Amino acid sequence: MRWLRSFPNFLPVVAALAIGGAGFLLQPSAHISPQSAPVQVAAAHAAAPSGDLFAPVAAVLRHPRCMNCHPRDDRPRQGDDRHPHLQNVVRGEDNLGFVNARCTACHRDENNNFSGVPGAPNWHLAPLSMGWNGLGDADLCTTLKDESKNGGKDIAALVEHMEKDALVLWGWAPGGDRTPVTPPHPEFITQLKAWADAGAPCPTAAK
Amino acid sequence: MAMTVTINGKKTSVDADPETPLLWVLRDELKLTGTKFGCGAALCGACTVHLDGEAVRSCQIQARDCDGREVTTIEGLSGDVAKAVQNAWLKLDVVQCGYCQPGQIMSAVGLLNQIPKPTDDDINKAMDGNVCRCATYHRIRAAIHEAANSA
Amino acid sequence: MTQPLTKIFAMPPVKMPDASRRSFLKISGGVGAGLILGLAAPVANLGGAAVAKGAELAPNPFLKISPDNVVTVIIKHLDKGQGAATGLATLVAEELDASHEQIKTEFAPADPVKYKNSAFGVQGVGGSTGLSNSYEQYRSAGAAARAMIVAAAARSWGVKAAEITVKGGVVSHASGKSATLGELAEKAAAEAVPDKPVLKDAKDFVYIGKKFARVDSPSKVNGTATYTFDHQFDGMLVATIARPPMFGAKVASFDASDAEKIKGVVKVLQVPQGIAVLAETTWAALQAQRALKVTWDESAAEKRGSDELVAEYKALLDKPGAVAKETGKLDEAFKSAAKVIEADFEFPYLAHAPMEPMDCVIQFDGSKADIWTGSQLQTVDHGTACATLGLKPESVNLHTVWAGGSFGRRAIADAHYVKEACDIAKSYGKAVPIKVIWTREDDIKGGWYRPIYVHRIKAGLDAQGNVVAWLHRIVGQSIAAGTPFEAVMVKDGVDGTSVEGANNLPYAIPNMRVDLHTTKGGVPVLWWRSVGSTHTAQSTEHMIDILAKEAGKDPVEFRLALLKDKPRHVGALKLAVEKSGWGSPLPEGMYRGVAVHESFASYVANVVEVSLNDDGTPKVHRVVCTIDCGVAVNPDVVAAQMEGGIGYGLGAALKGAITLKGGTVEQGNFDGYDVLRMSEMPKVEVYIVPSTEAPTGVGEPGTPVVGPAVANALLWGTGVRTTVLPMNKQKYKVQS
Repeated sequence: MRWLRSFPNFLPVVAALAIGGAGFLLQPSAHISPQSAPVQVAAAHAAAPSGDLFAPVAAVLRHPRCMNCHPRDDRPRQGDDRHPHLQNVVRGEDNLGFVNARCTACHRDENNNFSGVPGAPNWHLAPLSMGWNGLGDADLCTTLKDESKNGGKDIAALVEHMEKDALVLWGWAPGGDRTPVTPPHPEFITQLKAWADAGAPCPTAAK
Repeated sequence: MAMTVTINGKKTSVDADPETPLLWVLRDELKLTGTKFGCGAALCGACTVHLDGEAVRSCQIQARDCDGREVTTIEGLSGDVAKAVQNAWLKLDVVQCGYCQPGQIMSAVGLLNQIPKPTDDDINKAMDGNVCRCATYHRIRAAIHEAANSA
Repeated sequence: MTQPLTKIFAMPPVKMPDASRRSFLKISGGVGAGLILGLAAPVANLGGAAVAKGAELAPNPFLKISPDNVVTVIIKHLDKGQGAATGLATLVAEELDASHEQIKTEFAPADPVKYKNSAFGVQGVGGSTGLSNSYEQYRSAGAAARAMIVAAAARSWGVKAAEITVKGGVVSHASGKSATLGELAEKAAAEAVPDKPVLKDAKDFVYIGKKFARVDSPSKVNGTATYTFDHQFDGMLVATIARPPMFGAKVASFDASDAEKIKGVVKVLQVPQGIAVLAETTWAALQAQRALKVTWDESAAEKRGSDELVAEYKALLDKPGAVAKETGKLDEAFKSAAKVIEADFEFPYLAHAPMEPMDCVIQFDGSKADIWTGSQLQTVDHGTACATLGLKPESVNLHTVWAGGSFGRRAIADAHYVKEACDIAKSYGKAVPIKVIWTREDDIKGGWYRPIYVHRIKAGLDAQGNVVAWLHRIVGQSIAAGTPFEAVMVKDGVDGTSVEGANNLPYAIPNMRVDLHTTKGGVPVLWWRSVGSTHTAQSTEHMIDILAKEAGKDPVEFRLALLKDKPRHVGALKLAVEKSGWGSPLPEGMYRGVAVHESFASYVANVVEVSLNDDGTPKVHRVVCTIDCGVAVNPDVVAAQMEGGIGYGLGAALKGAITLKGGTVEQGNFDGYDVLRMSEMPKVEVYIVPSTEAPTGVGEPGTPVVGPAVANALLWGTGVRTTVLPMNKQKYKVQS
């Protein structure tokens, strides 16, 4: 199908890297559904102090420009108040919208500055397994890193996704009266890489 | 920008600025006025047409998106599904002011092309983008079921 | 009973405007009520004829029959979706015994003599009068033509007229002779037009009371129906207007240099409404409108926000207003009441937001003009055009075309959407067709809203739970003030549209007072589908349930006890109760509510079933709607109007609000001004109360009843009162 062709290919799973750290490699893989409670991560698994490196990353992931398309249910969100997308828009089987209400029916490759409708290449919802809404830092971190949920991305691939993906980058230049993600993208990438370079440690669940 | 677009089955040369919304190409250049302007911001669905068979908002599709592609408007609807939908609309006298109905029908045909027997929930998801201020929703829903059962 | 003045749109006089005067509306504004208003009684005005060609039969202004067997019914009212064309065609087809297939419709030209609304005295539609004022007139028109056809057949066949039958458009005689209406048209034209054509007995109706398929369905289903917006002429220019960002702001200066650079832009003009752009394409006109840099003089603009207005209105609730109704001894009743209950209600501005934004097409060559628009008040629009262009009435042709909704928006005293087209055409000065369009933002931000209202209802119950006292105070802007309608609609400081539905409360309460504070403001306001009932039905019907709950009584029984002399309210209510299964168990979390209200002489009851969404907003699942509208000429259209009215009313009740901040409208499109959508539309069942009474309105009465019914369901289900509209202003939660 034409519309599937434009769907972003998940980066191939590369060999697991020796990215160090003890606890974070052993993540529980509890299924996350909109109904389920946040995943409990045993405190014993956490690498305490270096986990703080994830805090600035989490802050960005929680920004409405990012989080609105990472719901833990089938509804994309809109606006800084994160209201469910008007028009009963839902994710559909391929995260590209339901039949007849496809993302691309309105959202094109770039912002429409006249109508105000935002756009970027491959406008779509993150898969349900990458739903972040409501997760604490620890769960957010483990979910982000879980290759069974993140489309087989290792840490390097995650960094690349957040550094280069056009849809991700849109969050920093959303146009119109939309609030851009802060801090500026280069600063965020520095923070992200610091976290990655430290072995991508996750904070404790209690945090 | 000159481009060729298959419009309602006919290869058509279109000369328009690349950013011109398809809606105005259809209405002003090609005089296909069945496709309506309601909001200009993908919020009402009155301008719904099919682009390569998928329902899209022609107020957001720019001329440059259409080169070499197929556009179907209410004037060019054909086939069993379209006929079933339009007949159901007539049988149930769905229309009131009628202004949104070309868009509603384009969306309904798009839905039934992909889900031949939609549930009420399918209809809620596929048709929520089409506003009807006369609120003929009750009959639109019934007509979609009617068309599904008659096709 | 003559309809109260407040229920109909008072209109300018039949006398055509003198184009040499500066303002048509000024002329009409000075005329007394008696001259302006016709009677509500049906008038079989059959003078004149439709414009006939050659061998056509056109015995009166309402139909013509051509030799090709087409019966064209001339529709004197705008059809904005309510089914006017179908309704009037049904009446003609009934008495003419025509077939559905041979009926075509055509909108009438502007002519306040031939095509006046017999309820107003001039041409226009509103107040849900479209069918009722035409009922005998269009039937008589069809009957007259039928009599002439029969006479012609009798003459040419040499048989007695009484032996001739007409059925489905075929005229026949037992001898085997037969002919179509079209075949007899030319001969029939030579017959005398009967003075008083005999109308059918109701038992002989073949169409009235049954479904007569909508005449506009085919063209609206295949996209060929032509709305104002769809008009295309060679050399036509499209015009947009940069309009003031605040009500009352004026252009101080403007810079059109960027706008003029846009390809296709032909001219930028200052007009009284703002700065107009004329362009070769719609897209150019839209871009240029945004590219204009206008500096606005906001010194005289309305700068208050909605919150400030509501606060000002609330401050008036403690003071008595102008009396709209007073009976009994209210103060004493309150003193002796066992229990006094009080509730204040707030209603926001509401935009009509018809799907087709405002628009008007004009071609003016300096000496004559043609205007195409969805004209709801033809006489006002035509007269305004004549006055603006400085032309005599016969030099201006107003072509009424299908309108993509109105809900009151196109019935406007200052005819501004026609006037601005005239201003632009006059100012541009070239004889090219011009289509003036509004964007959705122009529409949502453009005013003419249902006004903000604040209500207080204070009621007293005696020890047995009977309502013994009722004080209803309303605060809000007048719709009629400052318009020609004021002279007939405002009496003793009370605008009837502000209090209708409250001052005619059907409940037998011995001591009552309804009073009104009319506020002034710079936001232009207008009637909105069901007008006063949009707010009075909500407050009164919800208060009745609040009282029933306080009295520990079932809300249906509570109402029935108070409706002793109101058989039609009772009829609608009882039918709704029966059809809805009132009192039967509902699933956990599903609540039932009821409301009954009369507007435009029709009686509507709703029983609704409501639950709560996870976010505490109401979800309406089912609405059982009953209506007593007298004879239901087309029951399917009646049902459609109830379904649509419920959807329109429910959208407003759940989430409709236009708000101002510092004088600026905060919404601009269907994102900010959210309207009801498919997933929110409940299942609607409509039941019509059988009746032989004259037909009454159906366009509006379905709108105001669902809101209070939903509020009542939530009151009984959760204990929460709904005092601020829209309902999404609060999260409903079962009170423990």
